[in-house]
Amino acid sequence: MVREITLGQYLPGKSPIHRMDPRSKILLLITYIVVIFLCKNFVSLLLMSLFSILIILLTGISFLKYLKSLRMIIFVIIITGILNLFYGSGDVLCELWILKITTGGIYNALFVIVRITILMMVSAVLTYTTSPTDLTDGLERLMKPLTIFHVKVHEIALMMTIALRFIPVLLEETDKIMNAQKARGADMESGNVFQRVKALTPVLIPLFVSSFRRANDLAMAMECRCYNGGKNKTRMKVLRFSKIDLAASIISVVIFAAVIFTNTIFQPVI
Amino acid sequence: MSLIRAENISFVYSTGTSFEKKALDNVSFEIEKGEFVGIIGHTGSGKSTLIQLLNGLLKPTEGNIFFDEKNIWDEPKKIRNIRFRVGMVFQYPEYQLFEETVYKDIAFGPHNMGLDDDETDKRIHKAAEFVGLREDQLLVSPFELSGGEKRRAAIAGVIAMDPDVLILDEPTAGLDPLGREALLSQIVDYHRVRKNTVLLVSHSMEDIARIADRILVMSHGKKIALDTTENVFSKGDELEKIGLQVPQVTRIMQMLKKKGFNVDTSVLTVEQGFNEILNCLSGV
Repeated sequence: MVREITLGQYLPGKSPIHRMDPRSKILLLITYIVVIFLCKNFVSLLLMSLFSILIILLTGISFLKYLKSLRMIIFVIIITGILNLFYGSGDVLCELWILKITTGGIYNALFVIVRITILMMVSAVLTYTTSPTDLTDGLERLMKPLTIFHVKVHEIALMMTIALRFIPVLLEETDKIMNAQKARGADMESGNVFQRVKALTPVLIPLFVSSFRRANDLAMAMECRCYNGGKNKTRMKVLRFSKIDLAASIISVVIFAAVIFTNTIFQPVI
Repeated sequence: MSLIRAENISFVYSTGTSFEKKALDNVSFEIEKGEFVGIIGHTGSGKSTLIQLLNGLLKPTEGNIFFDEKNIWDEPKKIRNIRFRVGMVFQYPEYQLFEETVYKDIAFGPHNMGLDDDETDKRIHKAAEFVGLREDQLLVSPFELSGGEKRRAAIAGVIAMDPDVLILDEPTAGLDPLGREALLSQIVDYHRVRKNTVLLVSHSMEDIARIADRILVMSHGKKIALDTTENVFSKGDELEKIGLQVPQVTRIMQMLKKKGFNVDTSVLTVEQGFNEILNCLSGV
């Protein structure tokens, strides 16, 4: 049962996007998100959508996977879309009690839906093509300037890595303990909410105990190897800004510039 | 009439995803009441999947399992009753302990069965005795026990349900030699006294050879054999092909036979081997 939940979303591959430096992926994604909200007319929105499709195609991952990434927020998209229908000015198209649907509202709804959809799919590109270790590595490097404000960047990154690393372990453990308690007749599938929460006690307590045991073991093992944090630590895999990153950055900057340019020359619709 | 009958069961994990994996492939067998069956096989041979199918924790993708001539999935809502009758001790069962006291933890199964307090109390004391836990240990927190004692407590938790079939998945893994011996002999005692059916999964051929009546051999999700212990271990070459070995003493006998000594190669324990060699030498 638990086995079927996938949290680690990384899908290994050899596409140009996979080979990009996680730092450039993160930075470009942030810029991408900003630019998407700058789109004010259909030309720029279309440009961004085409760019998103290009990125998605470049990853070589089946489009179905991206649609699945939308499954979780499909309701958010629909609800924000509907809400936006009623906010906006322009010609009134139809009137229901105090609710008015205007042309502006339709444009708003359309923009919001397209924006959230491509934003989610392109964010999925980052998690699909970057291994969790690369991702935290990239984040650590990007956050490094914060150390002057005494933010413990390395420790935060280490905690993230460990947490990610142990998710599958804990899931497997949960599965085992659930089975063991079910074998003793624990009933976790019926009853009301309170009964179900109570039925989880025989699973949660052993899980906590073993998590602490694991944490203890891991800390001990790290101590034994004289682990002392980020100072002077060298890396097996050094992050490098390669030609692909350069190419990706140039293409992105050109497209982002084009989007902003079209924004200024065409009439904004929202 | 067999107690457990598996008919062409197959099991596939994560059907329909890219992680699809066939763990069991068309396995059929019968186990009689009161038997002591050893289950051997390499890691990933499907042993764990098989035993989880037997007590209804997993549902076979294909095929049927009959307990007491009744298909266990006839009434999916009542699958819990099968779990009470087919008790299962998982690997490292000590990690499932959760109650404040050992007593309460052992009581978890019987309580779920809906037994009254008197009956539960009786069963707890009996189960504790079987696994060799002292009365005063029942009142401490399970987390204060030593590793071996924790395991005994966990096994007692299953025995207290008084199942018709007791399945143990590597109950001696990680115990010291003395602990192994003690636990194994307690399981044998349990089997002898209660006359229950016991299924024991183990990697130790020596242990299996000593205590099992019959052995089920698994490899790559398929049943290779279900035969008497002597017959299974007499085919050393075939076992080696699937990465398993015969008990050391049996191997010695087979080597002696190859060298031309007239010894019986179906020997399974060190004592038998000792006598066999003595006989052979005095015969010469």
